[in-house]
Amino acid sequence: MIPANKSDTLVSVRDLGVSFRIDRTNRIEAVKRISFDIPANSTVALVGESGSGKSVTALAILGLLPKENSTIDPDGKILYRERNLLELTQAEMRRLRGGDISMIFQEPMSSLNPLFAVGFQLAEVLTEHVGLRGRQARKRAVELLQEVGIPDPEAKYDAYPFQLSGGQQQRVMIAMAIACEPKLLIADEPTTALDVTIQKQILELIANVQKRRRMSVLFITHDLAVVGEIADHVVVMRDGMIREQGPVKQIFEAPRDSYTQALMLCRPQLGRRPKRLPVIDDFLDSSHPPAVADRSRGLRGGEPIVLEARHLGKSFYSRRGLFGQQEFKAVKDVSFKLAKGKTLGLVGESGSGKTTVGLTLVRLHEASSGQVIFGGKDLLAMPAHEAMQYKRRIQIVFQNPYSSLNPRFTVGEILMEPMTIHKLGSERQDRRDMVHALLEKVGLSESAFFKYPHEFSGGQRQRIAIARCLTMKPDVLICDESVSALDVSVQAQVLNLLQDLQDEFGMSYIFISHDLAVVKYMADEIMVMSEGEIVEIADSDEIYLNPRHPYTKTLLSAIPRGWNAARRTAAETGGESHSTVP
Amino acid sequence: MKRAAIGTSIHIESPGLWTLAWKRFRQDRVGLVSLNIVAFFVILMAASWTGLIASDWSKEVGVSNAPPTLLGPRVASTSAERAPPARSRASRIDDRSEERVVDPLADILADIRGERPTGSGGTPIVDPLADVLAEIRAESERASAAETRVSTLIFGGDKWGRDVLAKAIKGTETSLFVGLSAAALAALLGTLFGALAGYFGRWIDDFFNWFYSVFTSIPYLLLILSIAAVLNQKGTITVVLILGLTGWTGIFRLVRAEYMKHRVREYVQAADAIGASHLRRMFVHIFPNVSHVVLVQLSLHVVLFIKSEVVLSFLGFGVGVDTVSWGSMLNEAQTELILGYWWQLAAATTAMALLVTAFGLSTDAFRDALDPKLK
Repeated sequence: MIPANKSDTLVSVRDLGVSFRIDRTNRIEAVKRISFDIPANSTVALVGESGSGKSVTALAILGLLPKENSTIDPDGKILYRERNLLELTQAEMRRLRGGDISMIFQEPMSSLNPLFAVGFQLAEVLTEHVGLRGRQARKRAVELLQEVGIPDPEAKYDAYPFQLSGGQQQRVMIAMAIACEPKLLIADEPTTALDVTIQKQILELIANVQKRRRMSVLFITHDLAVVGEIADHVVVMRDGMIREQGPVKQIFEAPRDSYTQALMLCRPQLGRRPKRLPVIDDFLDSSHPPAVADRSRGLRGGEPIVLEARHLGKSFYSRRGLFGQQEFKAVKDVSFKLAKGKTLGLVGESGSGKTTVGLTLVRLHEASSGQVIFGGKDLLAMPAHEAMQYKRRIQIVFQNPYSSLNPRFTVGEILMEPMTIHKLGSERQDRRDMVHALLEKVGLSESAFFKYPHEFSGGQRQRIAIARCLTMKPDVLICDESVSALDVSVQAQVLNLLQDLQDEFGMSYIFISHDLAVVKYMADEIMVMSEGEIVEIADSDEIYLNPRHPYTKTLLSAIPRGWNAARRTAAETGGESHSTVP
Repeated sequence: MKRAAIGTSIHIESPGLWTLAWKRFRQDRVGLVSLNIVAFFVILMAASWTGLIASDWSKEVGVSNAPPTLLGPRVASTSAERAPPARSRASRIDDRSEERVVDPLADILADIRGERPTGSGGTPIVDPLADVLAEIRAESERASAAETRVSTLIFGGDKWGRDVLAKAIKGTETSLFVGLSAAALAALLGTLFGALAGYFGRWIDDFFNWFYSVFTSIPYLLLILSIAAVLNQKGTITVVLILGLTGWTGIFRLVRAEYMKHRVREYVQAADAIGASHLRRMFVHIFPNVSHVVLVQLSLHVVLFIKSEVVLSFLGFGVGVDTVSWGSMLNEAQTELILGYWWQLAAATTAMALLVTAFGLSTDAFRDALDPKLK
């Protein structure tokens, strides 16, 4: 798949260095003299965690780096068909961007102008760059919409972005990107914001378009499983440097760099469940990952029940007309039991109502119907002041650690506040000691006490959020997409932390996530939600091996399997199917 | 403060968001210069308020409409202009009549004397007021001799020979005080209403919105006049109340919007989850995160209210006659300007333009520095 002939190289990046100015004196080197090639007619994946410089590299190729605070190393070159892109004028670059090189972004909703019909926006690109006008432009736009798989393209031409689903919006973005027959398509995390079933469709679409139009794709992602499905050539980046690059087969079957190995094993896999997930440091310190025994999950049946939800329902109302109301049932008749010291996984796509269930349990949303039995009483029927003491015992860790901590509070204040409110600990000194102990428990140093949240990374912030819950010694911890916003390596650390805490304190978790692999790693029992209803509930191994409900089956089949399952079996016909990376 | 109280053993100073904002602000040269100008005015206000400077602004030290020193004294000055007689505070009705104490009955007396010759045997007509007149004349001469009036003043003098510079400083005190306290009042009301409406929503929001709509549906000047009529007295505090009670609406809208935005943020939900009360969430958690909006609005309104005070005083609804503000200076200046005495106008407008511009620029710099780019 990789062309052996060197002349087939479409873009070659040589010694590219980019630095950003932070303030008057400090600069940060985002990309440190990297070199790689994008062969013609193939897909190159740029893989790395946040801050690795992968997006900056893409922006440098497009000439879209902010002029006021970024500098490109003058020694570097980006050669596109013998021309150095870094030396082109603004006008030349702009012509190239529209025509030969185009880009699709992560958030389709914010990339489309909400005030214009999608067809109009698509036709505008055609008018601007190809010179088609009026009816011709419309005809071509409809063809493009058809090509990217929009159903009923004639009608959807006049639809506004909000009338399309996230997946359809991303299809429109792809249509706009390929409208001018580009030679190179840069896709920056194009599926990260999408549900797993939609992700699968979009990946297939990009692969098809690439083959049909014989163009090159630079695919930027943090997800190695996706890379394995789509890429011909892989470049692994970390801290602005390239750790390893090579054909996809080599990267997946015989990774030489310890960081690449770590990336592959840090992510929970569907097939195995080690007691602890390996973290990056395990690989960087020693060449051999530690061998860890597997953990078995599941309920035996005799566990005491901590919390029980009975026929939980939650409706939202929107006003219709002058007096009318429209009811939207976000959660319909949800019942489950949570066993002590066990983890209940809650899986579903966006809009399935899984977060609403979590928020209703801690009374952040008022339930419309049903009961939550906790400590022998119905939590939902209690008046607010009475619920306070029960509220303490059910805590929630939110998805985004960047927004769930008050930026104006120090970590010390954040952690002391719950104790003050619930009058835990007798004195200030007492509470301070407890906070110090907790900080140590979640793997932060004592000096964190006086720092502000903005001084911490995402993973560290999530640890602070977990510590805040622990101050109240809860019985039940609800993790609402708590690791979804984190990098793979950090995700592993936080998952390990959560597991350690459960082992130590015997807390019960409700683990809400859209990520089946993570849920399967953490949970003893899994509930699958779709459109506000629980479609299936079973032990986690059971659900993975024998999914009963068709929705569960779709969900499972959409998970990117990485290199082995999807590609090697396809390449080696009749070869044995492995679901895990060795 | 809190940190210092807690920190005993391992106190490590860590820059909070305010410290970072201040750091960013200091890199803005224009902002820094403007802030210094504003600080200068505030110091001026404080000094004038405590009576350190310009306490004798109402003393008539120069000749009437004394020109600025740079222009030199007026050349064709009559004796009358050189030494305007002192007047008692109560009789400021007409200047020209007071220029010389003349016996209005003198001519008539002379006529009477001429028509009736002395030889007719009648008693001689004696002026009954002669003694009084002589006394008044002597007194006025004594006064003008004792009070030597300067012919020029640094920034000129007004009609009564009062120093325009001292007036401008005193005017700064009034105008800045009105601006600051009215803006503080408006910001307080706006923030409180906005916080309640935005945080609780539902009928509380409806109520405040209704209140807001009614308030803003009345024409602005009419509203001011009606409040002035209700308060029914002139004075600095009245102006503060008028401006503060009518000026909260814009701040209310902004704060309400901020609260609506923050109410659903995860950190507020997290505060709810740990059991924080509504008040605690509103003012301990959310308020520090919207305070930059309030701060910027506060300084914008200071500028706005300084200008409004000038307009009000110009129209005659502002401060009373015994106080001086930039507005009352401008009011006086309109008659002076026709006669070519421009310095009072120049002093008041320069002072106002300088402060308002500096305040506006430093507000801009504040806004940039406080822009919460939370990393």
